[in-house]
Amino acid sequence: MIRIRARLLVSAAAVALVVSACTAGAGLQPSSSSGGQSTESTPSATGGSTGTETSGTSGPSGSEPAPSDGTLTLGLVLEPVSLDFTTQSGAAIPQVLLDNVYETLVNQAQDGTIVPGLAEKWTVSPDGKTYDFTLRSGVTFSDGQPFTADDAVFSINYVKTKWTVNVAGAMKVVASATAVSPTELKVVLSHPDNLWLFKMTTRIGAMMSPKHVNALATEAVGTGPYVFSNWIHGDSITLTRNPHYWGSPALEKTIVFKYFKDPTAMNNALLTGQIQVITTVQIPQALKQFDDKSKYTIVDGTTNGKVMMTMNDGRAPLNDVRVRQAINYALDKEAILKGAWAGYGTVIGSHEVPTDPWYVDLANRYPHDVAKAKQLLAEAGQTHLTLTLALPPVPYAAAAAPIIVSQLAEAGITVKTTDVTFDNRLAKIFAKPYDYDLTIINHVEQYDVTTVFDGTPDYYTQYTNPEVARLEAEGLAGDNEPFIKDFQQVMRILADDAAAAWLWAFPNLMVADANVHGLPQNAIGESLNVFGLYTS
Amino acid sequence: MWWQIVRRLLIFLISALVASIVVFVLLTLVGDPARTILGTEATPQGIAEMRHQMGLDRPVITQYLSWANGMLHGDFGTSFVTQLPIGPQIGERLLVTLWLVAGGMVVALVVALPLGTLAALWHRRVAGWILSGLSQLGIAVPAFLAGILLIAAFAVELGWLPSGGYVVPAADPIGFLKHMMLPWASLGLVQGAVLARYVRSAVLDEMEQDYLRTARAKGMTVWRAVIRHGMRNASIPVLTVLGVQMITVLVGAVVVEQVFVIPGIGSFLVDSVARQDRLAVQGIVVTIVVISLAVSFLVDTAYALIDPRLRRR
Repeated sequence: MIRIRARLLVSAAAVALVVSACTAGAGLQPSSSSGGQSTESTPSATGGSTGTETSGTSGPSGSEPAPSDGTLTLGLVLEPVSLDFTTQSGAAIPQVLLDNVYETLVNQAQDGTIVPGLAEKWTVSPDGKTYDFTLRSGVTFSDGQPFTADDAVFSINYVKTKWTVNVAGAMKVVASATAVSPTELKVVLSHPDNLWLFKMTTRIGAMMSPKHVNALATEAVGTGPYVFSNWIHGDSITLTRNPHYWGSPALEKTIVFKYFKDPTAMNNALLTGQIQVITTVQIPQALKQFDDKSKYTIVDGTTNGKVMMTMNDGRAPLNDVRVRQAINYALDKEAILKGAWAGYGTVIGSHEVPTDPWYVDLANRYPHDVAKAKQLLAEAGQTHLTLTLALPPVPYAAAAAPIIVSQLAEAGITVKTTDVTFDNRLAKIFAKPYDYDLTIINHVEQYDVTTVFDGTPDYYTQYTNPEVARLEAEGLAGDNEPFIKDFQQVMRILADDAAAAWLWAFPNLMVADANVHGLPQNAIGESLNVFGLYTS
Repeated sequence: MWWQIVRRLLIFLISALVASIVVFVLLTLVGDPARTILGTEATPQGIAEMRHQMGLDRPVITQYLSWANGMLHGDFGTSFVTQLPIGPQIGERLLVTLWLVAGGMVVALVVALPLGTLAALWHRRVAGWILSGLSQLGIAVPAFLAGILLIAAFAVELGWLPSGGYVVPAADPIGFLKHMMLPWASLGLVQGAVLARYVRSAVLDEMEQDYLRTARAKGMTVWRAVIRHGMRNASIPVLTVLGVQMITVLVGAVVVEQVFVIPGIGSFLVDSVARQDRLAVQGIVVTIVVISLAVSFLVDTAYALIDPRLRRR
């Protein structure tokens, strides 16, 4: 298998980023080591890093590709239901529109560091509450109107007042946003929040035009390298190059996002040349048919997805830490990963992925030990334990469940599986009274530990631990270094408490025609960046 | 005959009304669209607000009446989920499926008529048994499996035809035909196999009739007699089956649509159910019901055209 190096995300636009980035971090809290080579030294979330050299956007060896009039068709799974991510949750809309059509003030590079976007530089006040952004001049929306600090203020306030999706809550921390001049934006937070700037790289940071927010569901007017062109419902969405883009033009003129419900149909489409990229491999076992390296490239990178068996920590018998630990000891996670996902991905032991700045390797916190599991169960008085495992209709759950059931049976735990639809999952598992024992889910949001395990019983995991709540709050408000230490501590506590049975970090598995270049190695943010894609 | 048509029309209207009520009531019983829209991190307040926006907090009868009133004026409403008008989407998707079904049924007829007739004429010969066996095999193969096999052979292995997708015929007629070949074949071969069984038994029935013996006694060959006189009579049961098949295929095309990635009405229904788009589901189901009723209405009327005996009543 060929691993596309991170630096293959080629974009002429990136050159502009690199150049401007050199001035970006001025006046910020101490950031990464010079050159920003390692991710551990800088939490990307604190922002202001100068580490764009590792942004994965440097050119390929050889000549720079020139913009072409070609069309590239990508195969995807989940079709958006509308173009409006202010009222519609889910990953499908930002996947297409964010960064490609809508741009953000700051972006996240492949290594997780924060780099300039529509803001060419920014400073943070020593108390961590005031952000002064300097916006690029000469940026226009695709309708020709200039993008100014007034639009940025509008966009930020619009998130606070009009967005109905829950992710908008991250903007509550903003006390005020003011346009000092057309290119100067001042944002004041009500309290320091180390994740706010990172959140501004996600959909809530999308810069919109006040003129077009009434038709967000059907139109998408942004400042990005592509413009929304056409949507054949049930089939495909087409983006075309924005001829007036402020940065270097996108390389491929037309990008088609084509949707497939059936993984075999998507594989066939690549085999017959109807699409050039499978953006999400749903059956890793089927990758064998793309073994021919002269024809196909397989990308095996990382995502922020944490595949886990969530346990209802608030309900007997799973409110007993010994029972949860026993379950973790009973699971052979390497075997699960091999059997369920053909070994692609990384075994994890807490609510983290290896690219998180606070990552601590806890994969071996509970080595596979059936005797130990039985002993813990005996101590807890649960020698004849029966649990139900709710399975949503997703491939990884279906693949992992039988292995989990048989492994837990060895430790004397009887697991009954039940199928649950997405709707029922929302109504019964994710809402009170949280009626489930075990379920399998891939939590895909980056840095979502503060949501999924916030230490209070207000989310479906029902994990309650005031110490975790305290560490998270303290970390978010504190300086950079204690922030990382606090979150590392949270990871350890979650693992010690066996708050869940984490299985594997979900891989970014893609297959492409060998002549397609510029695919992002890691699926870091919420978008599928297409402006660096080109064909040779 | 006119009374029959009026009676049929009445049945048609009452069925449509009952169907719309049943669909509406059933859908209000399942799930909460507001919750679906807001996703895994929804707050109770957010859900209540969304329910109000969507008008879900009104009495069910009020909801039904305002919806039914819109439908009567040709207004299917605007989806709360996609925020798109539903009527034009149904039209767009339905057209795709109608192309698929129409082509598939043509293939089915082209396969079934000669095959069934030959199987009947040769029913005492080995060739006839082989034809019967083939149609039996065709019945056993589901359309989606036929589709997968056809894709594997003609798209992936030989590379003659695309493995899926849809092209608007007006934009690219040749591309349209290329894309539809395999879906038509997989629908048509399977339905054709089923239909061939009916054609065979219908023709066999007619072959035993007195009028055919008379025709042969007057010097006609078996072939000529069957084609000239038998076919017309045999076509009545065949037409009935054809009507039922068309309705089945219209709804069942979703499976073939999935395999061939065709954005038809079936996929639209499945998507809308998945995203709890209640208005869209209601609109689609009522549309399909109306079409089904219309098809049976047409089939009944066609009997009268084919068989003069039915006209006189």
